[in-house]
Amino acid sequence: MDFILHLINGISLGSIYAIIALGYTMVYGIAKMLNFAHGDVIMVGGYISFVVTANLGLPPAVAIVAAVAVCTALGVIIEKLAYKPLRAAPSLAVLITAIGVSYFLQNAALLIWSSNPKSYSSMFSFEPLRLFNNRLSITSVTIVTVVTGIVVMAALTLIISKTKMGKAMRAVSEDKDAAQLMGIGVNKTISITFAIGSGLAAIAGVLLASAYPIIMPTMGSMPGIKAFTAAVFGGIGSVPGAMLGGILLGVIEIIGRAYISSELSDAIVFSVLIIVLLVKPTGLLGKKINEKV
Amino acid sequence: MLKVNDINVYYGSIHAVKGVSFEVNEGEIVTLIGANGAGKSTILNSVAGLLKTKTGSIEFKEKSLLGTAPHLIVSKGLAMCPEGRRIFLQMTVEENLEMGGYTRKSDEADASLIDVFDRFPRLKERRRQQAGTLSGGEQQMLAIGRALMSKPELLMLDEPSMGLAPILVDQIFSIVKELNDAGTTILLVEQNARMALSIADRGYVLETGKIVTSASAKALLNDDAVRKAYLGG
Ligand SMILES: Nc1ncnc2c1ncn2[C@@H]1O[C@H](COP(=O)(O)OP(=O)(O)OP(=O)(O)O)[C@@H](O)[C@H]1O
Ligand SMILES: [Mg+2]
Repeated sequence: MDFILHLINGISLGSIYAIIALGYTMVYGIAKMLNFAHGDVIMVGGYISFVVTANLGLPPAVAIVAAVAVCTALGVIIEKLAYKPLRAAPSLAVLITAIGVSYFLQNAALLIWSSNPKSYSSMFSFEPLRLFNNRLSITSVTIVTVVTGIVVMAALTLIISKTKMGKAMRAVSEDKDAAQLMGIGVNKTISITFAIGSGLAAIAGVLLASAYPIIMPTMGSMPGIKAFTAAVFGGIGSVPGAMLGGILLGVIEIIGRAYISSELSDAIVFSVLIIVLLVKPTGLLGKKINEKV
Repeated sequence: MLKVNDINVYYGSIHAVKGVSFEVNEGEIVTLIGANGAGKSTILNSVAGLLKTKTGSIEFKEKSLLGTAPHLIVSKGLAMCPEGRRIFLQMTVEENLEMGGYTRKSDEADASLIDVFDRFPRLKERRRQQAGTLSGGEQQMLAIGRALMSKPELLMLDEPSMGLAPILVDQIFSIVKELNDAGTTILLVEQNARMALSIADRGYVLETGKIVTSASAKALLNDDAVRKAYLGG
């Protein structure tokens, strides 16, 4: 029974990683950059939802919508101001800028909300689900997280495979110049990608803060790094890869913590990553990079 | 229809296109021929807006194209089928064609899809197949079909015969001719000068970034210098 609980918790944590990893991987696929400020957008989502409920006294639904709206706009603005001027710049310059944006967001949060952790009351407070004569109890946050994960992944898969916008995103990710010849606006497509990724980060922020009910300005760093790992694990640039990588990472982390060592759980996660990359350098579902002829 | 006047294009310090002027009139097939590295693709990419010209002007249907973002050019009626095909290998044949009709209303794009499938039945058979799994000839047909999806008035083709077996080369050129007969103006870049001149109305010969000769296709086919340099004597 314990194992099942750990598995469920692992899938729940993994769903959060997957939601964050989707943002990393989509931005990488389309803008060919690693947006290391992505984790800090999660933090902003956490704080916005906190302010709306705790300070303004509005219901959780409003808080979630506000967090998504603010983060979506934030993602688009970050891209316009920080990354767009560097489209033609070497990738190292873009990487350093992304780290700069990350510090900027963390410090802005420090300035506004101070470094004191704030206790966050879960946005989802219905009764836990009890199964097998109370031997298995699944918390409301876990249920919401897993369901949200499923909905997000299904919706995104559908958008990318079936809609005109999703197809345009794939076209841009494969060949920018050819996409432009088709009439697809690359700038617009990149903006949309940042918007989607950052909106998802806000959702991840709310889920994360509800599950581990404390928020602080650095709260996005570790999940950001883990989700980045998940994206690489699954194959950076691959949407199903980010989902698979995220879930697996969450499960490995929780199972490792429960049965091997709670101190070493992160080490286990990264060891698995290294092994996978040694065996398959493009990640689990990563595509072979097409060489230009 | 297209007027290119005295354009200069650089890659950093490399002066790739040096004061090139040419024009394409409605209904014509015009070809630019020249050796590797002469600057043919650079010229087409400049017209398509993918490269910036340093000086000179490019006008399409009497309006300047300079400064127009590349993705806004196709809806003006100018499509390009780029060198090396550049189809989206990880998308299906049908999705590639849909991207070709990206700027059009969905019913117009649907009508064009039927036209393209009529012209290239092979693409229809393979519509759900990933483009990367097509043969070279099929990929070239897809690239042309994709460009046709925008229903261009002027179609620019950059070496459509590259890497194809002779029988497919013949087929591609007869398709180009058919498209022209059906009313599409064509600007054709080729290394296969003989084939290009055999279907073209006029031609320009490009050498290291400069136009050295221009004449009717017939005259070029009979020009001694051109025969020596490009038609194997
Ligand atoms: N991205 C680039 N950076 C630097 N130089 C370039 C670049 N692309 C092309 N060139 C140079 O510009 C010149 C013209 O190249 P272009 O590709 O236009 O030739 P082309 O006539 O199309 O040749 P081919 O028949 O081989 O396709 C060449 O000398 C080439 O080396
Ligand atoms: Mg070329």
